[in-house]
Amino acid sequence: MSAIDIRQVIQEELNNIAPEADIASVDPAADLREAIDIDSMDFLNFVIAIHRRIGIDIPEIDYPKLVTLNGAFAYIDAKLQAR
Amino acid sequence: MVDFLMPSLGADMEAGTLVEWLVKPGDWIKRGDVVAVVETQKGAIEIETFQAGQVEKILIGLNSKVPVGTPLAQIRTEAAAPAPPSVPPMAPPVVPPTVIVPPVSPPAPPRPSVAAAKASPAARRLAQERGIDLTMISGSGPDGAITYADVERRLGVAAAAPPVVPAEKKRAIGLDLDAMRVAIAAAMARSKREIPHYYLEHRIDITACEQWLAQRNETRPPESRLLIAALTIKAVAMAVHRFPAFNGFYRDNKFESSKAVHVGTAIAIRGGGLAAPALHDADQLPLDELMSRMRDLIQRTRTGRIRSSEISDSTITISSLGERGVEALYGVIYPPQVAIVGFGKVVKRPWVVDDAIGPRSVVAITLSADHRVSDGHAGALFLAEIGKLLMEPDKL
Repeated sequence: MSAIDIRQVIQEELNNIAPEADIASVDPAADLREAIDIDSMDFLNFVIAIHRRIGIDIPEIDYPKLVTLNGAFAYIDAKLQAR
Repeated sequence: MVDFLMPSLGADMEAGTLVEWLVKPGDWIKRGDVVAVVETQKGAIEIETFQAGQVEKILIGLNSKVPVGTPLAQIRTEAAAPAPPSVPPMAPPVVPPTVIVPPVSPPAPPRPSVAAAKASPAARRLAQERGIDLTMISGSGPDGAITYADVERRLGVAAAAPPVVPAEKKRAIGLDLDAMRVAIAAAMARSKREIPHYYLEHRIDITACEQWLAQRNETRPPESRLLIAALTIKAVAMAVHRFPAFNGFYRDNKFESSKAVHVGTAIAIRGGGLAAPALHDADQLPLDELMSRMRDLIQRTRTGRIRSSEISDSTITISSLGERGVEALYGVIYPPQVAIVGFGKVVKRPWVVDDAIGPRSVVAITLSADHRVSDGHAGALFLAEIGKLLMEPDKL
């Protein structure tokens, strides 16, 4: 999976959760919970969607690594490289 | 033969607009089936039937706004025996005559004629927002019904617009946040006018729950994981068994406690709205089931698809402001309920356990309750019971 594809999936899934947010313009280092107002249920739905679409395991203990766009990308990318 | 009536979906509702029939004459229906969609200030609500039988006749056509209690359809019941009322017992409007009901109608946008057209709720919403006359559009849906796409075509946006529907519109289907604000204002103003609230706060160490959850979720795929809210809802639902004075309705100057525990779950709507639909029989649900119902309820609430029973059934409400919230919140009781329990965000604090200070996860549980029904003493015991239940998550 290419870097562009990963970013695309992240963006699509966040858009499903926050349809009014312009994900492309969100600071990639900003905490998504603040930047696009997502709560713990939204975040769980995001993790479920990433797990389903990309097929990587995301244990709960790793959640903090996914709270920024950059963090989510790096995490997924590293998991895919390790496969 | 019984009449299927326009239900009251809260004391502030006077009328509803019938926007969709999901049944036709001759159809067999059973209790709990969604038979129609009614548009109210709370959004598009799926109306369930409490009667089993065969639809005899549809009495009210699409797009008619009719008062609560108006017969919408006739249902031929299966049994010849006298039938129960066709609306739930708590549904009838209960505003006492002495209450001054604030005007609940939002300033209506210019409303084009929609009487004759058949259209989906989404199409109707879009047309109303943009001031489009539905009778001027020919529909491409079933039986010539007008679809969202038909209205878009009429607007000329389909060709010109970017592939993504503007976000405002995507979210707004079935949800009118301005109307929702008016409904919240009416209910909360009534609450503060009529209900003598008292407030209590109890801080507890919730580390046991966190550890239990971490362990349980560790080996599960994301879709089977639990959130701490599932535990707190279950604990409150179980605690009311011993404290029935916090679960039920205050109506006609008296309190009726409820045997069933339907937990109203406060759900924030993106863009600034709030709804508290019921998680039915939360005290009876295993945690996994409660969690999946909660996910479904939040999803449907945020997309504007709440069911009628979920609007009117709540016997107690829980509000949690979540991890980015504040440490404690004091809710306003949703009438005719008599209590609302609040959960603040979980914070790490120095805490004394067995005479030693250590870092623990602490949460403030609050209670706003109706002084016409209970006193602070009972409220304190109720909060203590919730705290005790949360110390032993295995038993939830």
